[in-house]
Amino acid sequence: MQSLSNRSKVVTKKEMSFMERIYLPAIFGGMAITIKHFFKKKATINYPEVKRDFSEVYRGKHVLKRDENGAERCTACGLCAVSCPAEAITMVAGERKAGEEKLYREEKYAVTYEINMLRCIFCGLCEEACPKEAIFLTDELVPTDFKRGEFIYGKNKLVEPLDNRVDISKRQTQAVLDFKKNKLLTHNRL
Amino acid sequence: MFSLQSISSQIHEWLYGHLPPAFALLSEFFIVGMLMIGLFAFLGLVLVFMERKVSAYMQIRLGPNRVGPKGIFQTLADTLKLIFKEGLRPKNSDKFLFNFAPYLVMMVAMLLMAPIPFARNVQIWDVNIGVLYISAISSISVIGILMAGWSSNNKYSLLGAMRSGAQIVSYELSAGLAILSIVILTGSLRISDIVASQQTGWWIFKGHIPALISFVIFIIAVTAETNRAPFDLAEAESELTAGFHTEYSGMQFALFFLAEYVNIFIVTAIGATLFLGGWMPFHIGGWESFNHIMDYIPSSLWFFGKTFFLIFVIMWFRWTFPRLRIDQLLNLEWKYLLPIGLFNLLLMTIIAILGWHF
Repeated sequence: MQSLSNRSKVVTKKEMSFMERIYLPAIFGGMAITIKHFFKKKATINYPEVKRDFSEVYRGKHVLKRDENGAERCTACGLCAVSCPAEAITMVAGERKAGEEKLYREEKYAVTYEINMLRCIFCGLCEEACPKEAIFLTDELVPTDFKRGEFIYGKNKLVEPLDNRVDISKRQTQAVLDFKKNKLLTHNRL
Repeated sequence: MFSLQSISSQIHEWLYGHLPPAFALLSEFFIVGMLMIGLFAFLGLVLVFMERKVSAYMQIRLGPNRVGPKGIFQTLADTLKLIFKEGLRPKNSDKFLFNFAPYLVMMVAMLLMAPIPFARNVQIWDVNIGVLYISAISSISVIGILMAGWSSNNKYSLLGAMRSGAQIVSYELSAGLAILSIVILTGSLRISDIVASQQTGWWIFKGHIPALISFVIFIIAVTAETNRAPFDLAEAESELTAGFHTEYSGMQFALFFLAEYVNIFIVTAIGATLFLGGWMPFHIGGWESFNHIMDYIPSSLWFFGKTFFLIFVIMWFRWTFPRLRIDQLLNLEWKYLLPIGLFNLLLMTIIAILGWHF
């Protein structure tokens, strides 16, 4: 039958030549390969002591940033939830009371903010959508757990601690900031 | 200069100077026995560790490196674990044979240690039929393996044992012929005579191509005899679930494991003695000053160096080649190695008669 792609090959079982039948060249070839491996640099790393470097633009666990005074930047606009292709983000907005200026930067803030880490695909679109520079993806990994419920991260796990600020300078470069300012780009326009 | 000979003779003189001769002899027996058991345990630990490292390096891995510096205590930890494990026995197995088999295999390995020359004049028993003794005793190990396979009352074990029996019996012929070709050259079965005859150069160099051919045949045959890959059909983890020792656990399994590695040491030591001069340093006939320099390296180092090199070669085989099928295995022996070995023996006899060797 004529093959459709014209790329099919007729398989033949070729008679082995004398050199192939005595197997000696193949035997020595094989031994040469293994002895080469013996002196090669090993692919294994000693994991807990040595860790593989992450990429500069690695996208891992999210962090909700605070501003320089320690107030939460998030204003619960919901753009991240809208942009999320996996629909992993939910939030409940609330109004800032008097005296809470130190806690929340804007007048509206997120009372609850949850990301389902099992749904999240770590695409980084929430970070791109955020107008307040509040959410970022860090180079930390999401740790394993035994229950599905444990993977829904609330504000207690997402907001950065005051005494242990998360460095996001790798993600928030000048180029990224310029890109976000440029509202003429079609995908930055709402 | 460090030499085992002076140490052993000092102990000998001290014992005979302080004890009545009968007690001195008995205590020497005891010391030698303890040393042998110690060497056994040491070899088991070292060779298992070496195998794991060699396999890892050939697969571009690091191998065990957690227990102790560079992982050298890994095998010690594994042995401790095996000692404390329960020794299980299948319900319908033959109790006596099942328990006896691992000890028989170990006994064979211990008996084979006797005529091996570890260094200049350091040999437990320099029997005048040393080579014959070795080939005679080494074939007893097949009984131990058959015993283990039969008494386990397990189809896998029996299959493995039968394969192993067919394999060891057939490859013994080739190994014997290869050994015989060296015996023809030296004209003596005594191991010390064979080593002494390599004063002017090792037989693998002095015996021309026939010696090289017998060396290759010997290495292939002993690889098969010790049931190692690519001839490990008796164990064949992936098809027979470890073959003859499937049902063994705990210390009895450890004894099989130990015997396997000690057997490797013994056959490579014999190979090193017959073909590579044993403890004899690298000598070239006529170059007196060169030979003199070589003599400064202790003879025990020469022996263990050569032996461990051959062990490395056998491990190299294991981590390079895929397992043979049983028919291919027997074809290789009966259709190729045996005729080549017989012809080689004839050639060697002609060389020995005409005095063409160096």
